[in-house]
Amino acid sequence: MSTDSNPDGGRRQVRLLIVDDSNIVRRRIERSQRLGEIEVVGTASNGIEALELARRTDPDLVTMDLTMPQMDGIECISRLIELKPSMRILVISALADKATAVQAMEQGANGFLHKPFTDRQLNDAIAELIS
Amino acid sequence: MLREEELKTFVDGTTRYFEVAAQQPATIGSPYLLEGEPAMHDYTGIISVSGKREGVVYFTAPRAMLTVLLMKMQENDFSHESMRDLVGEVANTISGNARRDFGHDFVISVPNVLTGDKPEIPHKPGARSFVIPINWRSHSAKLVVSLT
Repeated sequence: MSTDSNPDGGRRQVRLLIVDDSNIVRRRIERSQRLGEIEVVGTASNGIEALELARRTDPDLVTMDLTMPQMDGIECISRLIELKPSMRILVISALADKATAVQAMEQGANGFLHKPFTDRQLNDAIAELIS
Repeated sequence: MLREEELKTFVDGTTRYFEVAAQQPATIGSPYLLEGEPAMHDYTGIISVSGKREGVVYFTAPRAMLTVLLMKMQENDFSHESMRDLVGEVANTISGNARRDFGHDFVISVPNVLTGDKPEIPHKPGARSFVIPINWRSHSAKLVVSLT
């Protein structure tokens, strides 16, 4: 996905929605994206909140935890893709088995970053999805 | 029943967590079999495990250690809620990473967090419990793995 050009010639920022049930993780991802071509349009602590926010904020990119209360990340990914098939989704999860990564990709995720992660790993993973 | 060699994945996960998230390695002591109740710290994050293994994995740490961990993560919220969030996230991360070895059927819950030095831990009858001692900077914490 590339950033679109605005009619005035400027580049449209990539709109990012952050989904994780940990405040600390959400803030960490948000801090790392303060500068540059990413605009954080919302944060959600579970899949249901994420769907509501996605309808309101039209994100281009979502970082998605998997183990969350109410609606987990796997179900949320497929619902988000139904909502906007062009949405790019980076799973950020501690679940380190291959089957989970495959399942997430089959639902529509585009990348997978394991927790714990460094800022550099996070930024590289996001850069790869928006390049 | 949990075998001693299976503890390696939790030792590795704990080591990785401190190296990456706290950017400072911890010293992990030799795991030992728990008899009775372990000494608990101020905050305890518990993950329930179901599927091919059953039981709990929990991380218990003192407030002082969690405060320094939050500082290392560039956090500036040191509230009770942040402490709860952090112990839950540590327990979740180490337990989730263990699926690298235990596989997809090692099903983990969202974290449940307890506070105080006498929390009621829901041990599974018949599970063997091992304590993995963690020393980081001047602080001590524990990861307890109690699985069938």
